[in-house]
Amino acid sequence: MIDEWYPVGLFSQLDPAGRQTALMGEPITVGRDAEGNTRVTGGNGRTLPVRLRYGHVWSSLGEPKKELFAIPEADQPGRRFVDVGVVRVRCSPLRAVENFLDVAHFPFVHTDILGAEPHTEVQNYKVEIREDVDEVWATQVKFYQPQAAKSASGGITTEYMYRVPAPTCSVLYKTCPPRPSEWDVITLFVQPLAEDLCDVWPWMALFDDTTSLTDLIHFQQTIFLQDRSILENQIPCLLPLDPGMEIPTRADLTSVAYRRWLKRHNYTYGAQLVAQ
Amino acid sequence: MKLYDYILSPSCYKIRLMAALTCVKLDIHPVDFHPGAEHKGAELLALNPAGSIPILEDDDLVLTESSAMLVYLAAKAAPEWLGRASAEEAARVQQWLSFSGRLTASLGGARLTEMLLRPGDIGALQTQGVLALRELEAGLVEQSLRGMRFLAANRPTVADIACFPYVVLAPDGGVPLDPYPAIRLWSRALRGLDHFIEMPGIHRLHELKPEPHIEPGEA
Ligand SMILES: N[C@H](CCC(=O)N[C@@H](CS)C(=O)NCC(=O)O)C(=O)O
Ligand SMILES: [Fe+2]
Repeated sequence: MIDEWYPVGLFSQLDPAGRQTALMGEPITVGRDAEGNTRVTGGNGRTLPVRLRYGHVWSSLGEPKKELFAIPEADQPGRRFVDVGVVRVRCSPLRAVENFLDVAHFPFVHTDILGAEPHTEVQNYKVEIREDVDEVWATQVKFYQPQAAKSASGGITTEYMYRVPAPTCSVLYKTCPPRPSEWDVITLFVQPLAEDLCDVWPWMALFDDTTSLTDLIHFQQTIFLQDRSILENQIPCLLPLDPGMEIPTRADLTSVAYRRWLKRHNYTYGAQLVAQ
Repeated sequence: MKLYDYILSPSCYKIRLMAALTCVKLDIHPVDFHPGAEHKGAELLALNPAGSIPILEDDDLVLTESSAMLVYLAAKAAPEWLGRASAEEAARVQQWLSFSGRLTASLGGARLTEMLLRPGDIGALQTQGVLALRELEAGLVEQSLRGMRFLAANRPTVADIACFPYVVLAPDGGVPLDPYPAIRLWSRALRGLDHFIEMPGIHRLHELKPEPHIEPGEA
């Protein structure tokens, strides 16, 4: 996992003096040099690779073999791009992503917003590991939502697609209430600080010309804070990658594929294996 | 009445909760507290030089202290929440209203540090938070010996609303609530009030749902 890209800060809030943070246990500094270029420095003073994309600064402790994953919607005119801001969570970075992939918790954790009893059923959907791009995809995920987005004026059945393009990042596409032909894009970019600690940087690319930016931020922060209290209380703390420790139900197919994909690539930072 | 509000702020939630409990309608003005730090911008600093929220405006009255806002809402809409039945009760209300500032500084500070990466001495904030929780626990136990379920009376007052949010959200700042049984009972009593509203991290009482039915021979 050392060669993957990770978010390390908001581009709009780059501190020229350098902000101290960490990546997988190594202290790093994120700042700007005299010419104004963004610089990320590792624990021993070495210069780390940098990308500026999707509102965030990205870096890696190793040598990334692949370019940072693409989000074509990030270049689409007419979208509003929302830096939701960091939230620290005392949980495995992999747990944070897995929770994001799960719709079954909506009625219980995001009651009256993303779900409501008795509409708790997750209908059949498709999950695959797309070998050509090496990403986990779940499609045709449909769910009844009382308030799917700030722009939704009442309950609707929302369709989702989920995508895991990197071990600690997920991109979701969901029905866009004001523009039915397009998808709203909501991402969860997770910075692994330690195996049981992460900084989560949600980001959005939405079609919504009426809601204020602050309202959009508050809506997403509300949702994420509801998840945070669940995430901080999960047992075991690390994500089990071997079958048998937690019994998946049909609705957890995405999570099963995610865990399988992590294991196949040996993405085990924040994971727990039976052998341990 | 216009409230400058942040959805994740326990201090702002005090005002939203008080307004809901007393059926007062607020005109909510959302502030980009995080990540935007809008409360430290010129416009809001002109209203509140302390650079904090909530701020409540009603005609030419501008309040920047949540305790004053609670008193204002209660005095206008529901005076029974002021807790003025006796000299002792009125004094206890003032005592806990002032005390609530310590909860904001300690537990609130720990929460900002742990959750939103605000610089702070997390160990010291948590220690101060634990001391404040112990004091509140003791206060509630003494009240129960007097036959009172709330901080200043046998009914909720503005003092309870001033203390409740930061206490319930203590775990967000890494301070567990398990050691405080009186606080848990008190929190349940408040969460069960008519017209109670939630904020992220503070849930309504699910215990009000019907008990699960257990088949004979099952358990
Ligand atoms: N004046 C106090 C301040 C409440 C308070 O501390 N509010 C926090 C938000 S929950 C704040 O604005 N802090 C300023 C900051 O941390 O920058 C009150 O009304 O109780
Ligand atoms: Fe969630």
